[in-house]
Amino acid sequence: MVDDVARRKRALRASIQALGMLPVLLLICLMFQFLSGMAATGSIVEAFQSGRFLSPQNLSIIAQQASINTVLAAGMTFVILTGGIDLSVGSILAASAMVAVMTSLIPGWGMMGIPAGIGFGMLLGAVNGGLVAFAKLPPFIVTLGSLTAVRGLARLLGNDKTVFNSELPFAGLSGPAFLGISWLTVIAFAVILVSWLILRFTALGVRIYAVGGNEVAARLSGIKVWVVLMFVYVASGFLAGLGGVMSSTRLLAANGVQLGQAYELDAIAAVILGGTSFVGGVGTIWGTLIGALIIAVLSNGLILIGVSDVWQFIIKGLVIIGAVALDRYRLNGSVRT
Amino acid sequence: MHVVPDTMSKATTPPLLQMRGITKEFGPISALSGVDLDVYPGEVHALMGENGAGKSTLMKVLSGAHARTAGTIWVDGREIDIRGPDHAKALGISIIYQELSLAPNLSVAENMLLGREITRFGLLDRAAMHRNCAGILNDLGVDFDATDKVSTLSLAQRQQVEIARALLADCRILVMDEPTTSLSSKECENLFALIHRLRDQGLAIIYISHRMDEIYALSDRVTVLRDGRYIGCIERENLSEQRLVQMMVGRDASTFYQKQHSPAPFSEVLLSVQNVGDGARVFGASFDLRAGEVLGIAGIVGAGRTELARLIYGADPKTAGQVTLDGQGLRIGNPLDAIHAGIVYLTEDRKGEGLFLDMSVSANVNMATMDRDGRGLGLLDGAKAKARTLDAIESMRIAVSGPETKVGSLSGGNQQKVLLARLLQTNPKVLILDEPTRGVDIGAKSEIYHLIEKLAAQGSGIVVISSELPELVGISDRILVMREGRIAGEVGGTSDMPIDAETIIALATGSVAKNETFARG
Repeated sequence: MVDDVARRKRALRASIQALGMLPVLLLICLMFQFLSGMAATGSIVEAFQSGRFLSPQNLSIIAQQASINTVLAAGMTFVILTGGIDLSVGSILAASAMVAVMTSLIPGWGMMGIPAGIGFGMLLGAVNGGLVAFAKLPPFIVTLGSLTAVRGLARLLGNDKTVFNSELPFAGLSGPAFLGISWLTVIAFAVILVSWLILRFTALGVRIYAVGGNEVAARLSGIKVWVVLMFVYVASGFLAGLGGVMSSTRLLAANGVQLGQAYELDAIAAVILGGTSFVGGVGTIWGTLIGALIIAVLSNGLILIGVSDVWQFIIKGLVIIGAVALDRYRLNGSVRT
Repeated sequence: MHVVPDTMSKATTPPLLQMRGITKEFGPISALSGVDLDVYPGEVHALMGENGAGKSTLMKVLSGAHARTAGTIWVDGREIDIRGPDHAKALGISIIYQELSLAPNLSVAENMLLGREITRFGLLDRAAMHRNCAGILNDLGVDFDATDKVSTLSLAQRQQVEIARALLADCRILVMDEPTTSLSSKECENLFALIHRLRDQGLAIIYISHRMDEIYALSDRVTVLRDGRYIGCIERENLSEQRLVQMMVGRDASTFYQKQHSPAPFSEVLLSVQNVGDGARVFGASFDLRAGEVLGIAGIVGAGRTELARLIYGADPKTAGQVTLDGQGLRIGNPLDAIHAGIVYLTEDRKGEGLFLDMSVSANVNMATMDRDGRGLGLLDGAKAKARTLDAIESMRIAVSGPETKVGSLSGGNQQKVLLARLLQTNPKVLILDEPTRGVDIGAKSEIYHLIEKLAAQGSGIVVISSELPELVGISDRILVMREGRIAGEVGGTSDMPIDAETIIALATGSVAKNETFARG
């Protein structure tokens, strides 16, 4: 009897563990479909079929809204898997967007704005990585510092003014690619795919998990820990730079003050919602994708059903805490929590 | 063995502390079985035994850190059930561990009164606290003030703060666990004088040490433990080094694992270590390792064995010395260099420094050799990795369901095999194995011994560091004994010292007269 209960509990736990946060995402989607329908028709019976949430247009909007956070969260996944954190991605995004737009304004350079923006992000990521890998400073402190310093740098770049380029040559990136899906969505998915390939099929990927799982053991088994750390922070900078380019295509402008404010928090939330362990060594990029989608779905759905801005914040925060609480339960039965 | 009954001379005064039949079991393993200990007021009672003999466990039972499985404890003639550390403290039992437990940023007085600060209207009354402590510090004759910050004090001074703290708490039974480990000889003398003074004031002092000279200088009686058992208690008058060593070693090493082969004595020198040191924990260590040889390194915990191994492997930077492999000088700056040269190291801390517990057996086995097996561009060759893992699982008889099983779910023995399998993937010439059978069941132990023997027969050079003397005696062709960061001597091989536990313990504890010369190879 007791054995039976225990076995059922174990089986339940195992299946929850395999699926991760996907059921939560689907549940939230179904709930919004129902609620949006109810808000529109006022009828419980017709609510589900008349909901607007699951319409193709809305889903493609959600995907586009999720794209930049997904890209940032992919970089954040690399960093958190090594047991680190990158608080500077929002600021790097702003600075990179400034560089991208300013470069695109130089006559004849146009498209060079893309590599310029991304390259600048990589450079800032390399500074973070160097301070973590060589100066051995705590990642939280290093990136907390660069969060502030790079924000200042972003403002400095445009003399504290917004830079516009209504003729931005790569503005097409925010347009549709096919079937109404935006290029931004395609880019985000490509980033997830490449991240997955790196984490799953390369020696580097295994080493990222190894450094996060046990840095001492990694060093003793001959892994160049500094290479791994440099990679993850440069990758995070690269993806923040890419995020900067992506956001410039939506706004046709960049602003050092507001752009990317608090983006790092959404990226971290996505990674944690995706089941990646905050101490490193455990997690998947697909989990991060689901985490980023949960955040996007919440923002979109709450607006759709007419919840006020104030309550959106409160509900989003509570969902993040609740989801992570679920995650603790999920990990309870496994080797390490 | 003849054992002196321990109720002889002090029969007139009742013992302050009596422990009878103390047994402590951790699951199926019994760390203590039926240990007795009597301590009288006004005596220094030394507790001796090899690493793992049960001294620390016994003291943890006394301090309430471990609950005993069986046995009785009397304090002052009253039967007591020690419920926890606070209760032990209230009974007047204080323990000073090797790692001192002071808060460095607080003052001496604040540390001494930690947890029972003197307050007035809810605020700290520093003046009263300092007055309270100054008296005891004065009695101890220390050269610092109650107001000094602990972080400004030397290690010896901090120890005095701990003693003062114990006295302030009305301590009557003071346990000191290897208190001289990091003290200079002058500081040791001061400490001994202090211990004698405290003894004369009627304190009962339990003194744990490996150093024979300290036992002679301090103790009134010595209780010896071995393998968690009470072996005997010797009065000061009957103290003899030979006898103590015999009691500590005891068991018949010949019943233990004995290796089958003896190496060709003149095979080529594989690894040569010259004057290696780090200026702090290892000094001028030199030895040669021949192909096919199993070289043991013995010594008490803290003698610098692991530290020496880590210097050779490049895990810590060395400040002096040269390592030569196959006649070629090596420049080893990190573990990767060592692995490339053909030297691997098995850490003593399997979980903390060896394995990736959240990762699969396959990832753990192939962690050091992913590049070699890669398919270019850093891509993993999953098929090859899997084949190697299956190979290792079979040849080392690792009990797992498959290569993708998480290492964290395996038993200690199987985890150790996984770690060994990783080392072997690199085809090493020299293996340095640090406590290779720690926390490993009997079956896996003997498999590891046979593996060591097989590797040696294939021409590898193997260094084994172990705190289990019978094991070391059983598997080594030659044993180096380290003491206080130096190689204190050598037994077996071309030395004229026999490979036996008595000789090794004598060297490790420094009880052999210093002027005796060792024939070094």
